[in-house]
Amino acid sequence: MNKELLKLMEKNAKLSVCDLAALLGKDENEVSSAITELEEKNIIAGYHTVINWDNADADVCKAVITVHATPERDSGYDHIASLIANYPEVDSLYLISGSTEFLLIINGSTMKEVANFVAHKLAPIDGVHSTETMFILKEYKLSGEIMNRKSSSTERLIVTP
Amino acid sequence: MIFDEDINRIIKDIKPSGIRKFFDIATSRKGVVSLGVGEPDFITPWHIREAAIYAIENGKTFYTANKGLPKLRKAICDYYQRRFNASFDPDNECIVTVGGSEAIDIILRTIINDGDEVILPSPSYVAYDAIIKMAGGKVVSLPLCKEDEFKVKPEILESLITPKTKAIILNYPANPTGGIMSHEDYERIVPILSKHRIYAITDEIYAELTYGRKHCTIAEFEEIKDHVIVINGFSKAYSMTGYRIGYILAPKELIDMMNKVHQYCIMCAPTISQFAAIEAAENGDKDVEEMNISFRQRRNYIVKELNRIGLKTNLPEGAFYVFPYIGNTGLSSLEFCNQLLDAENLALVPGDAFGIEGEGYVRISYAYSLDEIKEAIRRLESFLAKLGK
Repeated sequence: MNKELLKLMEKNAKLSVCDLAALLGKDENEVSSAITELEEKNIIAGYHTVINWDNADADVCKAVITVHATPERDSGYDHIASLIANYPEVDSLYLISGSTEFLLIINGSTMKEVANFVAHKLAPIDGVHSTETMFILKEYKLSGEIMNRKSSSTERLIVTP
Repeated sequence: MIFDEDINRIIKDIKPSGIRKFFDIATSRKGVVSLGVGEPDFITPWHIREAAIYAIENGKTFYTANKGLPKLRKAICDYYQRRFNASFDPDNECIVTVGGSEAIDIILRTIINDGDEVILPSPSYVAYDAIIKMAGGKVVSLPLCKEDEFKVKPEILESLITPKTKAIILNYPANPTGGIMSHEDYERIVPILSKHRIYAITDEIYAELTYGRKHCTIAEFEEIKDHVIVINGFSKAYSMTGYRIGYILAPKELIDMMNKVHQYCIMCAPTISQFAAIEAAENGDKDVEEMNISFRQRRNYIVKELNRIGLKTNLPEGAFYVFPYIGNTGLSSLEFCNQLLDAENLALVPGDAFGIEGEGYVRISYAYSLDEIKEAIRRLESFLAKLGK
């Protein structure tokens, strides 16, 4: 059940335990304790809402940053990654293949804030050699959701055989 | 002025679809919530839509061979082998049609002589009855009942067979009942069909929508395979209703004859849609699986809710319909649906639209979003509460 439960929750975190149970054909208590267990095991790592900030009149400035770094003798990239991940500005952090080591997505409210983060926090970290910052100009799709999709009023007929 | 005798006798006598009447009433109203649609609610998966666009962009828009693009026929036969373990020869035993609808038509026109009887389980999809008659056949109704989970029972089948019986139409998973036939169910009727040399026309358009167990096709019974005619298509499995691509799998001798009807009245199925269908058959298994899971979840949800509000119903094992009995309200199917539409602006399909055996039932489709289903349940609950008073 867990994989199906996770898929449902991944697509729609608003589903109540009651709805989830009905959809899965399971008992509410069973679903409820499965969710608790998934949270405890850190399989469910958090609950977020996908927000189209462009439409919310909010000052948001996001950037993708690639980071060139050297691994450490004992911990490889894990230690340096934990240093970077600790900053709340860092939304996502990946170790990647290719010409650089890390890829970050930074959430700030202004370009200046992001620039300051790179100059004063990210670049000075021991082991970080260079960074390349790419500011996001427009978000088209986020976490599987297409931004500003035209309301898909169904064209289906009301009754068909 | 058009006189009665100006019109073909058979066509004149065919009643317009009961669904059509209800549709006209429902569409004239505003704010209607409907659980009345017989098609999936997914938009066709993008890679399939893209294949259609690619066909247009590259000018692949000429007629195809009458029987359909060879690559599509091969993809269809590979698919049947892969999914349902039944083998067909793409060159000789497959014909691509304009939806399952054309398939029903050209099959019946090919095999029926005047006065031949066709056994038709009832309730059933609305087109069979009319097309049997248009082909000059006589409909022999085989009543299905909810106690038997709307399956074809051998003793009833046998009792209806006469020297004139030409074929039986099977449609499992079933519209409108959601019933299925398992391997064991078929094992009980196959000897009868074999003994009397009756064609089994098996419309498997909902084959990918079974929940809990895999679809069984009667084509896997080798002893009657020379009398099995499979109808299937892309509409329900891949959410491609508007593409109008169906197909027939049958013995070569029949395909050759059906191809005569097909080539003169259709020429070939739409080319652009055929290219989209190749993409679906070759690379769509994952979409099918995801849609199946989503339908199963919504089936679980709606059946639980229907039982909660007092419409006792079993868990149907296929298609995307629930067919609950409403006769104990004292209303006929049509009265129930009309009053429900009047009082709550909720559209369901009256069961008698699928034949008189459907009287006392309503067809509820769950090919809707969870929010729509919730709203519909709320309206239905309110309606039942008022009826109960």
